[in-house]
Amino acid sequence: MSLEYYLILSALLFTIGVIGVLIRRNAIIIFMCIELMLNAANLAFVAISRDLGEAEGQLFVFFVMAVAAAEVAIGLAIIVSVFKHRETINVDEVNSLKG
Amino acid sequence: MEIDLVEQIIIPVIKVLFIAHLLVIGVMAMIWSERRVSGWMQDRLGPNRVGPQGLLQPIADGIKFLFKEDLIPNHVDKPLYVLAPAMLLIPAMITIAVVPFGDSITIAGIEIPLQIADLNIGILYILAITSLGVYGVVIGAWASNNKYSLLGGLRSSAQMISYELTLGLAIIGILMLSSSLSLRTIAVEQGAFPWKWNFLIHFPAFLAFTAAMFAETNRLPFDLAEAEQELVAGYHTEYSSMKFAIFFMAEYMNMIVGSAVVVTLFLGGWHFFGLESIGGPFWSGVISFAIFFIKTGIFLFVFIWVRWTLPRFRYDQLMNFGWKFLLPVALSSIVVTGTLYIITGGSLVWIGIGNVVAAFIVVAIVAGMLAMDNNKPEVRSTPAAAPLRGLDAVE
Amino acid sequence: MNAEMILFFIFGAVSLIGAISVISFRHPIYSALSLIVTFFAQAGLFVLLGAHFVAAVQVIVYAGAIMVLFLFVIMLLNLGTLSEKGAMTGKLKGIAIILAILFAAEGIYIAVNAMTNTKVESAQAVTESFTITYIGELLFRDYLLPFEVTSLILLAALIGVIVLVKRESQTEN
Repeated sequence: MSLEYYLILSALLFTIGVIGVLIRRNAIIIFMCIELMLNAANLAFVAISRDLGEAEGQLFVFFVMAVAAAEVAIGLAIIVSVFKHRETINVDEVNSLKG
Repeated sequence: MEIDLVEQIIIPVIKVLFIAHLLVIGVMAMIWSERRVSGWMQDRLGPNRVGPQGLLQPIADGIKFLFKEDLIPNHVDKPLYVLAPAMLLIPAMITIAVVPFGDSITIAGIEIPLQIADLNIGILYILAITSLGVYGVVIGAWASNNKYSLLGGLRSSAQMISYELTLGLAIIGILMLSSSLSLRTIAVEQGAFPWKWNFLIHFPAFLAFTAAMFAETNRLPFDLAEAEQELVAGYHTEYSSMKFAIFFMAEYMNMIVGSAVVVTLFLGGWHFFGLESIGGPFWSGVISFAIFFIKTGIFLFVFIWVRWTLPRFRYDQLMNFGWKFLLPVALSSIVVTGTLYIITGGSLVWIGIGNVVAAFIVVAIVAGMLAMDNNKPEVRSTPAAAPLRGLDAVE
Repeated sequence: MNAEMILFFIFGAVSLIGAISVISFRHPIYSALSLIVTFFAQAGLFVLLGAHFVAAVQVIVYAGAIMVLFLFVIMLLNLGTLSEKGAMTGKLKGIAIILAILFAAEGIYIAVNAMTNTKVESAQAVTESFTITYIGELLFRDYLLPFEVTSLILLAALIGVIVLVKRESQTEN
């Protein structure tokens, strides 16, 4: 089983995440797409780690997960506060800083 | 790669079938004994009409559930409503795969370890799968489209995340001493005699783990997700017939698997004063399985016992208990075990004493701080704000 | 076609379908569930790659904690199907998708190219899985500092969330 299959899959997953961020307006779904992109990167990390025969790639996945967890906690707290103030989480309607 | 038909296919399949059926039969036995023991504790009889001592009552119940109309209310979200019971039952069943339910048994010259799969990440597997159980509850609650169900689901998700932390942290002390994540290794390392079992060495962690296990299985005193007096039946209010029965089975299965995990991690697994090594390679396997079975049964009795001993927590009490008592105790167990392991060169006695002392100090400090906090005049939270207050605790 | 290949295509297909569902379902709950399916398939891929530890952590952290938080928030705010109106209208959406497809093509090109360039090197690659002991030693010896920094990140997140939510409840009172 060669490395390139995993890398292609990873690229596809990442792209789907990008499309999601671009075309969806719901903040929670955009957030999920970011998680999807992080995961695609993780997949590439692990695949390359096995290909090179070094475990470092797996450690980086571990760090990425820790960062993702922190990010989710903060991001969801922000979404909850935004929803409490604006009654919406459509990212195009939260535009009071726009000139 | 050559595949040995007997060793790689037939024996694992037999083991899986055996355990799966044992679980289902265990659920029926639990339902019967729960009702009978509850009756005994409340000085009444309990079901005793169907079969001798009412033993066939669960079968009668099951037949009743099967023949009821499989009702799907109009206002529910159909796909998720149907999916939810399975999402609760499957994690409950597959957790048992890594639990060793006995030593190895030798039949016709083949040595068979009494365990479905001895993963080298056994404990992580258990934590991973138990953390999935919450989806069945949350999805079922949401799909029911009923505000009582939704409240139950919200409570359940907050509770599960909070208590999972304790569940994971409480076993780290054990992992440090056994230096393995495989459940079989942990069970073997505890040896034959009770004073070397983990529940004495890590007594506070044992209590914290047990409490968290009760919370994960949604049992009293932690059954806020289905609190009958407040939420009708919580997350399964809208469920009936066989779908309800599956929720019910999953709850009991979680209890059985939880007990088996506690027995393996803390109560010496299949060991009991060397009784398990009496007899030949065949009989020692049978005896070790019997010992494990009895220990699990005794722990299941504790589940029922606690149910009729402790009243249900209020939501803020639940969060306080999890975050301000259990979590610090589990953390102290990690620090103390690690430190004393280095200082005393791995003396189990000192680690055991140190853990208890540290837990007492931690609990005293937390209780003192809470008492100081309570003396301040403060606006008490209204019940309506309770789910939101849970949010800051969760994150 | 060996067993790993078959499993790879199964898990890969499931994760792709899950990912596409995440961005195409209207309702956030369905999106969240599809994302969980994707994470599971990815855990399966990690097992195929011999990274058992990462697979277990993937399920514990992503499926067990992060997605439960997502569901909790979706249910707490009782988010139904929100209006998706905004700047991204039909034409722009089309452009976005075309650009994304170009991006994917670029990614695949790099993946395939990198593969042909390093073929000699990867021929001697070790395909055994790393034991959890080895990963633990690496983490707590060579990567101890990054590990501690991670804990600082988590602490910062913890404090940040508490501050965010605390100020909310004070202004309410």
